[in-house]
Amino acid sequence: MSERTDVSTSSSADVTTNGLRGVRPDRDALTGVATGKRGRRRDRRRNGQRDGAPTVPAAEFTSYYGMPVINKPVWSSPDIPGYLFLGGLAGAASLLGAGAQATGRPALGRVSTAGAFGAGVLSLVGLVHDLGKPSRFLHMLRVFKVTSPMSVGSWVLAGYVPLAGIAAVSSVFGKAPKIGMAATAGSALLGPAVASYTAALISDTAVPAWHDGYPEMPFVFVGSGASAAGGLGLLAAPLTQSGPARAMAVFGVGTELASFERMERRIGMTAEPYSQGRGGVYVRAGKALSVLGVAGALLGRRNRVVSALSGAALLASSAATRWGIFHAGMQSANDPKYTIIPQRERSKDRR
Amino acid sequence: MAPVDIQIGRRPNLQGALHGDTDPATQGGYSDHPPRMGFFTDTSVCIGCKACEVACKEWNAIPEDGLVFTGMSMDNTQGLGASTWRHVAFIEQRKPIAAQDPGVHHEGIDVSALAGQGSGTAPDQAAMTPTTPGADGEFRWLMASDVCKHCTHAACLDVCPTGSLFRTEFGTVVVQEDICNGCGYCIPACPYGVIDQRKGDGRAWKCTLCYDRLSVGQEPACAKSCPTNSIQFGPLDELRERADARLARLHEAGVTDARLYGRDPDDGVGGDGAFFLLLDEPEVYGLPPDPVVTTRDLPSMWKHVAAAAVTLVGGALAAFAAGRRI
Repeated sequence: MSERTDVSTSSSADVTTNGLRGVRPDRDALTGVATGKRGRRRDRRRNGQRDGAPTVPAAEFTSYYGMPVINKPVWSSPDIPGYLFLGGLAGAASLLGAGAQATGRPALGRVSTAGAFGAGVLSLVGLVHDLGKPSRFLHMLRVFKVTSPMSVGSWVLAGYVPLAGIAAVSSVFGKAPKIGMAATAGSALLGPAVASYTAALISDTAVPAWHDGYPEMPFVFVGSGASAAGGLGLLAAPLTQSGPARAMAVFGVGTELASFERMERRIGMTAEPYSQGRGGVYVRAGKALSVLGVAGALLGRRNRVVSALSGAALLASSAATRWGIFHAGMQSANDPKYTIIPQRERSKDRR
Repeated sequence: MAPVDIQIGRRPNLQGALHGDTDPATQGGYSDHPPRMGFFTDTSVCIGCKACEVACKEWNAIPEDGLVFTGMSMDNTQGLGASTWRHVAFIEQRKPIAAQDPGVHHEGIDVSALAGQGSGTAPDQAAMTPTTPGADGEFRWLMASDVCKHCTHAACLDVCPTGSLFRTEFGTVVVQEDICNGCGYCIPACPYGVIDQRKGDGRAWKCTLCYDRLSVGQEPACAKSCPTNSIQFGPLDELRERADARLARLHEAGVTDARLYGRDPDDGVGGDGAFFLLLDEPEVYGLPPDPVVTTRDLPSMWKHVAAAAVTLVGGALAAFAAGRRI
């Protein structure tokens, strides 16, 4: 072992009998520098290649073995799309219920306030059931963070559901009219927030189809909520009182379809999942049902059965739209191209 | 003291709260704190030994999360997740690695013939052998150890509704496991696909930048174990200087592919606390080319939500106005 004083010709470091000599810290190793005899490699350079510059292929879509860049949401169906649907239904139904009570339509009022409470409770159940640790739901209420739509939403729901409950009980059983009126007004005040905040909830993620659509998503959501609430009124309230529900459905479907269309046109390739795969099937079904529901609601307004069927179609259309948006988001998270291509173009534009 | 409760009661400085260059610990409410600590992962000296993966698993007592064969070069780990906080990526490319020369020449010796005698596959039939390096003689193997970026503007932390995710005094981002309720919001919020839910546990887990070790003056387990110093740990300012010098040296040496990733405080996440030197485009390593913290758009999102809520009220009023006639 005593003769190993000059073992290396390609490195500046030597092992000597007195230990290591001339060692550079590993982190200073120059990868890619010709460390041996010089001159040979230069002749092997590819034609047209600039001095020392490796050719980088023209910008095209590459990924790491096709793996997604972001981790897709762990949220599952039916909990979360159901939560989105029921929240929209509840919020808009509270408005419809308050209006019905104020304008002397008690049957529509009963249906809407009861529907709002039921939907509110079920949406909360969906949310809690989807938690990895459901027993820790109350941890949601240990802080209030405006940067977290889920925190804001938890507080809104915590205020809304009890109010909607009091409003529903008072309206259905005709007890404590004054407290009931105050609770109805309170739930109508929080209702629009309940119906719309879930749009910020899904948009405030790195999921391309959800995030990119954030300006239109709240309008899609309130539109979808209004058509569901209108649908509930048409389904369960008598014809003499369901006029506002019918008008609400028309407003809802119009808002939803127009906003959805605008979103799909504006966001370009990120909108693909809304028309492809499972998400596309649900979205198309939602659109078809909403058109069918509105047509039935308007043409069959003198017929109880047609009105009820239209109402059911509108409820189904709202649910289908939420399921479609949910699955489209999952699809856009699963395929790296929706993350990489828009970002690549964006950074190209900036240069 | 639970640093998480800083989020309530104290009015944060909104300037720089959601984007741009800022000191995250100060932003998080610490008045007196140590310098911001981070990682500089220099992938040009990574040898793919996975010591970081092992050290991380051992130190943090992370459970096994699947033993599978992927066929993705030497990478059976696949990516970061709830139970993988360091992940070494392996990329095989038909590209020259600048003007690399192994420094071993065999003029006068027919090594191919020698290899042919002892080898099961004749060299001319093999796509690639140690002595016939394949088409054009160009091959490079990229290895890179990925980790949580500990963003200046961390979406996971912003969207966490329980305050389980918090900013430490070192400017890093850590999950408090006794607070996390498994809502899963942080998971799709992360633009890098770092944090994830652990199956059967329900909670979200990710790299803590070895908060326990930092607290007693130790470096994180991965950096400690890295045999080539590809993973460098230290004050972020110092690491950025070191990275700039390293990049300049590599460019000088002709490695023009080298670039820093996550170093720029003006990028979409306000710069990463853990940044990288890469030898190809970020997406080749599975990294997003231009990540933006989703909460940068949150003020605008809330405005649109408010406008939609008002629209709904307007629609309801109009519905009752029209309700008599319809």
